[in-house]
Amino acid sequence: MTKMIGKSVKRVEDKRFITGKGQYTDDIILPNMTYAQFVRSPYAHAKVLGVDTSEALAHPGVVAVYTGADFAEINGVPCGWQVDFKNGDTMKEPKHPLIVVDKARHAGDAVAIVIAESREAARDAADLVDVDYEELEAVVDPKKAAEEGAPLVHDDVPNNICFDWELGNPKEEVDAAIAAASHVTTLEFANQRVAPNAIEPRSYIGDYDSTNDKYTLYTSTQNPHLIRLLMCAFVLGIPEHKVRIVSKDVGGGFGSKIFHYTEEALVTYISKQLGRPVKWTAERSEAFLTDAHGRDHVSKAEMGFDAEGKITGLRIKTYASMGGYLSTFAPAVPTYLHGTLLQGVYTTPKIHIDVVATFTHTSAVDAYRGAGRPEATYLLERLMDTAALEMEMDPAELRFKNFIPAFNGIDEPGYATNVALQYDSGNYAPVLERALEMTGYKDFRKEQAEARANGKLLGIGFSTYIEACGIAPSAVVGALGARAGLFEVSQVRVHPTGKVSVFTGAHSHGQGHETTFAQVVADKFGIPMEDVDIVHGDSDTVAFGMGTYGSRSLAVGGSALVKSIEKIIDKGTKIAAHKLEAAEEDLEFAEGKWTVKGTDKSIGFADISLTAYVPHDYPAGLEPGLDFSSFYDPANFTYPFGAHIAIVEVDKDTGKVSLKRFIAVDDVGNVINPMIVDGQIHGGVVQGIGQALLEHAFYDEDGQLVTGSYMDYAMPRADDVPMIETDRTTTPCPHNPLGVKGAGEAGAIGSTPAVVNAVMDALAPYGIKNLSMPLTSESVWRAMKG
Amino acid sequence: MIPAAFDYHKATSVAEAVGLLKEHGMDAKILAGGHSLIPAMKLRLNQPELLIDISGIADLKGIKDEGRKLVIGAACTHGAIASSAEVNKDAPILAITAKTIGDIQIRNKGTIGGSIAHADPAADWPAALIAADATIEVLGGGGSRTIAATDFFTGIYDTALEEDEVIIAIHVPKVSSTFTSAYAKFFQPASRFAIVGCAVVMEMKDNYCVSARVAFTGVSDMAFFDEKVSSALAGKSLNDETIAAAAAQAAQGVDTLGDHFASEEYREHLAKVYAERAIREAIA
Repeated sequence: MTKMIGKSVKRVEDKRFITGKGQYTDDIILPNMTYAQFVRSPYAHAKVLGVDTSEALAHPGVVAVYTGADFAEINGVPCGWQVDFKNGDTMKEPKHPLIVVDKARHAGDAVAIVIAESREAARDAADLVDVDYEELEAVVDPKKAAEEGAPLVHDDVPNNICFDWELGNPKEEVDAAIAAASHVTTLEFANQRVAPNAIEPRSYIGDYDSTNDKYTLYTSTQNPHLIRLLMCAFVLGIPEHKVRIVSKDVGGGFGSKIFHYTEEALVTYISKQLGRPVKWTAERSEAFLTDAHGRDHVSKAEMGFDAEGKITGLRIKTYASMGGYLSTFAPAVPTYLHGTLLQGVYTTPKIHIDVVATFTHTSAVDAYRGAGRPEATYLLERLMDTAALEMEMDPAELRFKNFIPAFNGIDEPGYATNVALQYDSGNYAPVLERALEMTGYKDFRKEQAEARANGKLLGIGFSTYIEACGIAPSAVVGALGARAGLFEVSQVRVHPTGKVSVFTGAHSHGQGHETTFAQVVADKFGIPMEDVDIVHGDSDTVAFGMGTYGSRSLAVGGSALVKSIEKIIDKGTKIAAHKLEAAEEDLEFAEGKWTVKGTDKSIGFADISLTAYVPHDYPAGLEPGLDFSSFYDPANFTYPFGAHIAIVEVDKDTGKVSLKRFIAVDDVGNVINPMIVDGQIHGGVVQGIGQALLEHAFYDEDGQLVTGSYMDYAMPRADDVPMIETDRTTTPCPHNPLGVKGAGEAGAIGSTPAVVNAVMDALAPYGIKNLSMPLTSESVWRAMKG
Repeated sequence: MIPAAFDYHKATSVAEAVGLLKEHGMDAKILAGGHSLIPAMKLRLNQPELLIDISGIADLKGIKDEGRKLVIGAACTHGAIASSAEVNKDAPILAITAKTIGDIQIRNKGTIGGSIAHADPAADWPAALIAADATIEVLGGGGSRTIAATDFFTGIYDTALEEDEVIIAIHVPKVSSTFTSAYAKFFQPASRFAIVGCAVVMEMKDNYCVSARVAFTGVSDMAFFDEKVSSALAGKSLNDETIAAAAAQAAQGVDTLGDHFASEEYREHLAKVYAERAIREAIA
């Protein structure tokens, strides 16, 4: 039990998951429960002229049918982040109603909700709701949406523009830097829309208890307390202390379960109307149509270089889709989570980004694993490999030439970027050096030359990324438009017997907090991990929390945890000093006991906890008990970084891309559980590979989601991916107590451009420099065909 | 993903199943492995009133050696066929093809009869059965009959089966060790069905191709025997030139499908590439 931090402990939660004993929302069956089924618009854009519910109401087992008119007086779901137009005007924030009133704004927009005694009856009756639609023209492309004459998603939002925004050095300085460059690399491409595909579809149960006037919402959310705040204060206007949010086991989110969805408010509201619990669980087809999607940017990127290959300037113009309505954090993604990352790991002296966010007739777009940072990394890293090719330089050399020099953030200051951030600590060259070494780079280039001579298309691609995690200092994000703080909360309760319950505001939906957090507690207290229980996802037991996303759990939630642990040890030291009749400063706490320095006099952890709750012989003036809470608001973001290298082969005859090797060297600061970090990297890398080669939430021009099932939406499978070769360097975070930076998104951020760069390298003999993702076999074949 | 309400009957004999089909007509559907039907029902693309489950009928399950042919029961799973020693030895194209269908779970539940009755234009079995020159034995109200695999598939999700007919077995001519077989498949990345699947069965004397049967699935709205490629191979010594010349004839005069994953032009191209790959693999 001595050192638990740094050990690859097997995940304690896996036993219940693997044996099917997890308790997901859909597993919960309450007495007298009813079931909801939505009637959803088959059209992307249509006036709702009338909804006839009479036949559905007459169907056996139907309890109620509601339409938009029933909620007309209720607020819509709010947006949690405000971005202002360049001219200072507030972004356009049209109402996102619980049920459509006037018109449907994306395929899958809810037009009615049927409540019945069974799922079957609800499903059957939904087919009987007769909706009179007038189909209208739709627009699905974020750039075309802003063009004159495009169909309007919201009549009061001209040109569909939600906001425009810029960041960086003055535009004219960047223009001048690029005009003066000896070489400019220009790329225009889409970062295509992807669907989040959590294995557990969204599921909610509203349960109103009239006796106590109390609501319980069981919800598959990443973010229980924020959902309570948003739903109570902004949508339903019910007192916060009368609502309990329960989100115990949640089967993945990848961002899509951060947000407050209309269905959460509906089941809660209707439960009170009916006096019965109301459950809704999305079908997979509904998940495709209504979960907030990710990415969907169209960008033009230009990077200037001097004659030696030093970057002189970077200019980006991005159109970003918001979808049909503003999801909770949608405005932040293409702006403060995207533009701020354009410094990358390079010394680029002049940077400017211009963003236009538009509404389109599609599902909402919001944070998806990486949220803005993958899009920024994709721009930078595609530019770097393309520039290397154009300037006939080695892509690795080009990076070494441009890396920000190492700084530890302790006795050397952090690095101030041109795009509003201050990096905490970084040492960027060693990750690439190590990745090149693992790859056998020099040998690879020989192998590639031989392969080309034999007509084989082998390619290598690089990506040296940085990301901003551990979101975030509340004051900073507040200044940038967040309508919430982003601290984290912990409570550590040592029971009389020395066993420990930890209540965390972070939320595990697959990340393994029950293991990692318990390791930290066991390590710091010197007690067995089995003596520690981690509780999350219940607003009645956990005081408060900001949930899990942005790789923040350990960096922010873990720091809050350490603060409470330290308070326990401090108080324990007071009790131990009393019991051992020694001065506090003469005691040291290690291995689960307090020892008088230089003696064999000691007292154990459980003796102190028992004393705290049975305070017969106890320090005067000290409160009984051993239970502390802490709020931790970080001093800065954390900045993990890494180097990813992909090697691919392209089938000359078919265009099919095969991934041969994938090397990932990441620096996520200190590591608590290497196995879990490896797992996060593996999962992230595969998700990024999915975007590069396979995945596309593709809307046709009529706004129909063509890839709305697993028959058409291509997820990466095990045999699409080689064994992922990983290693790490360690540059601790200087501003949090564990020195951790976060590992949840790194894989998805670094991998996508590495894979695309590798394919472009393979296709270099054809003079092909730029293809849009996903790099499907046909698109590659067409490009080769010319 | 909730199907419309339906009645369920577990049939104990083929005659009983046929009787029920006759009685209920279009309102009834045969259930075997359920791997095409159940998803379609859950999406409410198909809403039968009665399911007649034939998966418990022992007569439909075995693989029998009848001298010059193998008789494969319609309710045999893809997995049972893939692992059958008889099929691997005497009708290897079926075993080779079975191994490429779906994944292990699907191969352990889905059946050959169910798949061909469903007649998905991208399914793997049709190409293999046509290349193997198999015949389909069916039983219906009008009695028993056999249909050549070449004539069985008539369009998208459409076959030569009458409304009241049930597939009993697949009859596959046994091949000697002078025959060689291959199935080459370019799969759709999401569903893993065939965008192009090419099955080849050839009788060889050293490099000389005595006879050839080449069939495609995925390319058009139904699987088909490729007469041109087959006859370009038969009677030739196979070398780079003759193989390329034969493959270049692939899918000529066929109405090619086009969709989000592969345009008509790309499918036509892939048919040629996969014809060549299947031929080369067969003689490798």
